[in-house]
Amino acid sequence: MINLFKYSAPSTFYPLAGKLVPIFWTLAAILGAIGLYISFFVAPTDAQQGQGYRIIFIHVPASWMSMFIYCIMAFWSLLGLTFNTRLSGMMTSALAPTGALFAFLSLWTGALWGKPMWGAWWVWDARLTSELILFFLYIGFIALQAAIDDPRRADRAGALLSLVGVVNVPIIYFSVKWWNTLHQGASVSLTKSPSMASTMLWGMLVMALAFWAYTIAVALMRARTIMLEREGNTEWVHHLPDVKEAA
Amino acid sequence: MSVLSAYFAALHRDLLLVMRRKTEVLTALFFFVIVTTLLPLGIGPEPDLLRKIAPGAMWIAALLATLLGLQRLFAADYADGTLEQMVLSPEPLSVLVAGKITAHWLVCGLPLVLLAPVIGLQFDLPTDAIGILMLTLLIGTPLLSLLGAIGAALTLGARGSALLVSLLVLPLYIPTLIFGAGAVESYIAGLGAMGHFSLLGALLILAAAFAPWATTAALRISLE
Repeated sequence: MINLFKYSAPSTFYPLAGKLVPIFWTLAAILGAIGLYISFFVAPTDAQQGQGYRIIFIHVPASWMSMFIYCIMAFWSLLGLTFNTRLSGMMTSALAPTGALFAFLSLWTGALWGKPMWGAWWVWDARLTSELILFFLYIGFIALQAAIDDPRRADRAGALLSLVGVVNVPIIYFSVKWWNTLHQGASVSLTKSPSMASTMLWGMLVMALAFWAYTIAVALMRARTIMLEREGNTEWVHHLPDVKEAA
Repeated sequence: MSVLSAYFAALHRDLLLVMRRKTEVLTALFFFVIVTTLLPLGIGPEPDLLRKIAPGAMWIAALLATLLGLQRLFAADYADGTLEQMVLSPEPLSVLVAGKITAHWLVCGLPLVLLAPVIGLQFDLPTDAIGILMLTLLIGTPLLSLLGAIGAALTLGARGSALLVSLLVLPLYIPTLIFGAGAVESYIAGLGAMGHFSLLGALLILAAAFAPWATTAALRISLE
């Protein structure tokens, strides 16, 4: 078994990430092409929703990713706070913008889907509302990290915030859900949607995998940049082939 | 010095500091009054409408008023080095923090609870609904102080921390807002508010157990 702790230092992780980035970009491109093909040409037209439903192939995977990424950030944060590793904080801050992007994408595509289906851009449904709040949590995390100058302190403060956030996300979700049932404003139920054709499910799964690969590729690229930025005056950065050539 | 006396020492000190500079407390209090006054002016004076929005409006005003005081919770002690002495003291920091949070609630939260009936009358709320509203504020405002302390500690010494606190803390306030305002609404609707009260109480217990601890961790990060 490979020693995982070997790669917890930026000097060893940087070249590894450099090798992994093109692999995940290729995976993202291939899976994305397959996923889009399934969603546009293979998946049947929905009997009730017509062609417009096809946006769920972006919408649903984006929502999944926005939630997953927050959990992964919390995982890295826990790791960072317990083992005091530098890399964990870098990974957390590398993931945050992508998470915020997917949360925004999920809200935006949700609005585009909602207009033809429900006749409204926005309904105060429990899922929509908690997705919006998740987006706020991402923005809060990014803002906090940007406001603290010392990167180590920013990492640790961000880690604590994301842990507090991850504890609160289920509480927020259930409170919003209950609030929604009390008010009974929108009579739309996303959970009781008609059973899905298996090709639709496949399309969503492949798209979700493509988004996974994209997230990993982008996060690793961002982490590499953060490493160079923070460790600019260390020995291993000066010995990097790219840096040597430029100098 | 026992743990309890450390708690009361921190509480006493913060209250004493507030008593020496009363305007800060009154500012938050009048902010609450002004915000709740603006709402009818913006929305219109129809009693039916006002009665309907009263719980939510007053709760949102309470959230904002609590935010105002959060900035004061640690900033002055951080600036003059008192906070470092607290971290170094042999007493557990979480106990001192709990004392400071209690002081914040007594100064920023409790006055809102006591002021609520007056504002409630302005919104034409029935008397028994005002009683329920006061009870929700009584359980809910300590919750706001506890959650807010985490945000205040995290943003200590950060640039633009006053605005940042609201960005971090307001999303966390959402469950409190929902159950607090919801209790009054469902009471008015004749559904009973017991469920809301139980959930508010559960949240308060959870926060009381974990928030001082998380705040302590955040303070240590800010001071390292």
